Amino acid sequence: MKVIQRLGIGLFLIGLTIFTIMPFLGNYKLNEELVLANTKDIHQVKMAEILTPMYGKTYSSNFSFISSFKDNFNAYNDALKGESKWDEVIWDDYSFPLAQASVNSPVRDNPWLFMGLSIGLAVLGGLMYNLPKHKDEPAGVKNNGIFHSSMKNRGWMGMITGAYLILFYVILYWFPAYIVNQVWMVSPLSMILSGNPASQWFLYGTIYTLAIIVMGVRMFRKYRGNKYQQLRTASVMFFQTAFAFLIPEILVLLNQPYFDFKNIWPLDYDFFYDYQIDTFLSAGGVGMFMLIWGILLIIIAVPLFTYFYGKRWYCSWVCGCGGLAETVGDPYRQLSDKSLKAWKYERVIVHSVLVLAVVMTGLTIANYFSGFALLGNVTNQLHSFYGFAIGSAFAGVIGTGFYPFMGNRVWCRFGCPLAAYLGLVQRFKSRFRITTNGGQCISCGNCSTHCEMGIDVRWYAQRGQEIVRASCVGCGVCSSVCPRGVLKLENGSTEKRINEMPIIIGNDSIKINA
Amino acid sequence: MSSNRHVVIIGNGIAGITCARQLRKLDEQVRITVISGESKYFFSRTALMYIFMGHMKFEHTQPYENWFWEKNRIELKEAWVKSIDFSAKNLLFQSGEKLAYDELVIATGSKPNMFGWPGEDLQGVQGLYSKQDLELMEENTKSGVQRAVIVGGGLIGIEMAEMLAYKNIPVTFLVREAGFWDNILPKEESELVSRHMREHHIDLRLNEELAEIISGPNARVRAIRTKSGEEIPCQFVGLTAGVTPSIDFLRNTELEVNRGVKVDFGFQTNIPHVFSIGDCAEFHEAPAADRKPVEQVWYTGRMHGETLGYILAGEKVTYQPGVWFNSAKFLDIEYQTYGTVPAKWDAESFQSFFWEHGGGKVAFRLLMDLEGKIVGVNNFGFRLRHEFFDQAIRGKWTGTKVISKLDKANFDPEFFEPYYIEIQKAFKSQFGGDVTVSKKTFIQKLFGASV
Repeated sequence: MKVIQRLGIGLFLIGLTIFTIMPFLGNYKLNEELVLANTKDIHQVKMAEILTPMYGKTYSSNFSFISSFKDNFNAYNDALKGESKWDEVIWDDYSFPLAQASVNSPVRDNPWLFMGLSIGLAVLGGLMYNLPKHKDEPAGVKNNGIFHSSMKNRGWMGMITGAYLILFYVILYWFPAYIVNQVWMVSPLSMILSGNPASQWFLYGTIYTLAIIVMGVRMFRKYRGNKYQQLRTASVMFFQTAFAFLIPEILVLLNQPYFDFKNIWPLDYDFFYDYQIDTFLSAGGVGMFMLIWGILLIIIAVPLFTYFYGKRWYCSWVCGCGGLAETVGDPYRQLSDKSLKAWKYERVIVHSVLVLAVVMTGLTIANYFSGFALLGNVTNQLHSFYGFAIGSAFAGVIGTGFYPFMGNRVWCRFGCPLAAYLGLVQRFKSRFRITTNGGQCISCGNCSTHCEMGIDVRWYAQRGQEIVRASCVGCGVCSSVCPRGVLKLENGSTEKRINEMPIIIGNDSIKINA
Repeated sequence: MSSNRHVVIIGNGIAGITCARQLRKLDEQVRITVISGESKYFFSRTALMYIFMGHMKFEHTQPYENWFWEKNRIELKEAWVKSIDFSAKNLLFQSGEKLAYDELVIATGSKPNMFGWPGEDLQGVQGLYSKQDLELMEENTKSGVQRAVIVGGGLIGIEMAEMLAYKNIPVTFLVREAGFWDNILPKEESELVSRHMREHHIDLRLNEELAEIISGPNARVRAIRTKSGEEIPCQFVGLTAGVTPSIDFLRNTELEVNRGVKVDFGFQTNIPHVFSIGDCAEFHEAPAADRKPVEQVWYTGRMHGETLGYILAGEKVTYQPGVWFNSAKFLDIEYQTYGTVPAKWDAESFQSFFWEHGGGKVAFRLLMDLEGKIVGVNNFGFRLRHEFFDQAIRGKWTGTKVISKLDKANFDPEFFEPYYIEIQKAFKSQFGGDVTVSKKTFIQKLFGASV
């Protein structure tokens, strides 16, 4: 088995290497037809003129191509900005579509081959590594060596992994022109699913989904004999694959709006943006259904399901961010900060994001219904700020890139406005709690250590108190790792759910009841 | 009671720390100092094994953040006490420093039993109780250990075996008795644990005792010899034949001691203003029929500390433990017990119901008196609710009632196999009577739950 696992790591690393060197392959040649085909009507003439110096030249790398593009493009824009001719400045960034159109590379010529050699090998290697895990061991807690691991305890492997993830997200969000080869690589797959060529978001979605599946298999092995963990892992794998990845693409194939039926505002922060609303309203009955479905999720599903089951129904069973955190991020769960200070920061930050999202959405809707008389284009700037700061930087770069540094739920804990909303319901009006089993706690600290949300579970358990916390996503790992059977996730009566002054069972010397 | 009195607690284990916290909750004024040479901050001793195995770091075993003590004005003194001048109410530290007290709490815990085995002082031979023991064990097992021998079949021994397995060190486990932990566990339970140990490739030798530990070069252990004459080469020996109160520095003083510091049910020693709690305290008589004069369990330490905290705050209370409970984990198998289930009982006065799952890792025992009323339960491999059994045993429920309501006692996570249904069926077929067998829930049916 060890041989197969080693081979798996080898294949994974080969796949990752090939994926990583792909941007350096091929050359770039631009001509006027490509510019005309890849720019908006209003910019066609201007762009064709601006980029004239690039025509016919062969750029040997994406660096030289993008740098030349920027030189020409910025020269034009900067001149206009200098003269304060803001209306004539071209705000659209055409670097990605033009780089994509200009590239000539083996990847573009043989997309399936490169997909097999990169993503394919990585997935195969990952499965070969994960499937035989813990094969000859009885089922049980598999946390051996976590804090002796360079990968899982902020050693050099963790640092490199984190740095790689951060770099990937920065390129994906802000410099996609550098990864046009990888986008070409997944284009045939995109054509099959949606009938359209791939964007960088399709590339991202593909990798994201496969990562959840491969690391979901790891969860099945790690938590063998633990049905709660297995079922919720299967659930996030299903919702990611079907709801987040396949169904939206198939909707596009059927000429319907792209829509993720399980993504809920305010996590889905652009749900009420004017272009979204226009899309829904112009897509007939299906569009109307999507609009109503999305609103029902916000006003009915969230409070109702959270009342009955806690926020876990979403965060650790359905959500895509949660799905990634619970599978790819599981090896890093123990790195979350459990200090009281971190909890204070958490409450301030996450609720600020919620307020920001609500205010932004409120203004957007008001603006929309006033026919843009209220604020004009100011909401657009609000949107781009939110999209940059929260949607990309916080949720992506920090949210996932920081897994190996701050644990796997940085975004969910500190940033997700939907988690904040679900958390308010969970804290104040829900049947969910983690029950402490009388006096059985030995304060060992496994529960707190392995809580991905940084909840000091032991604080409650050792004083015999039920755990009711807004942030708890109900992953159930505290209960799994408890060596004395002290913790149980339960939905029960809301009476006495929050008991500030518990009495630990077993000592009759003390009879007072607070 | 003087409000600016100084309460000094020797020992920052669960007993001492619980006492300090309770006292602070009840008395804002009193000055509290906790002394420990082992570690400045309170940590959970039961978690030492998890540090060794990389599940946690040492700081994770500290139940309170470091600022907690200053905020609650509990002074921490990191030092070893050398002697106590009871008449002058003064402590002398090994460093030569002194500290005066008005009230003294001795909560010094235990140390591993050493029975004077030949070679017990060799390098590579140790017990496991303190933080220093853990550090020593890390040192002793760093390299060159091809085999380890553990002597003494109790909870620390099996923890040690699990720790050594993490380092891929093969373990031979010598147990003097005919079954593992069989002075506590009935035969079937003991066998269940033994089977599981062997599943983990532990070479378990029952009815086998240590004769001597044999030295190699540099006064390091080279092998052990058993009483049956077998020589087992090994480079590490774990001595885990129980623990004994750690009170050597108090012997031959005016303080009355026996195995531990003698106390009454107010934890009062023979010297006024001197108290003792936790593992190192010995009651003049056992606190209850099913208890011993020396209680060396995490939970009793906590209760002693809690109770003494009230006493020191001036409350008129005495130690009255409730229904006994305990728990442990044997490698992958969790164990809980509520009430009294001794290793052996008189079949004339008790009736026992035992159920074991076909897989051999899940079991349940219900001990009842002749009238069929619950006395206690043991459960292995699944979880039961403390509150339920506390109520059932106090209320002297019949076995039939307990079993009929067993679904309410279940504490396993959602979607787990409903063992309680099988237990109910088995009880019904064995004892008959009016037992209600629970139905599978919709969810259990949906996910094909089977036992």
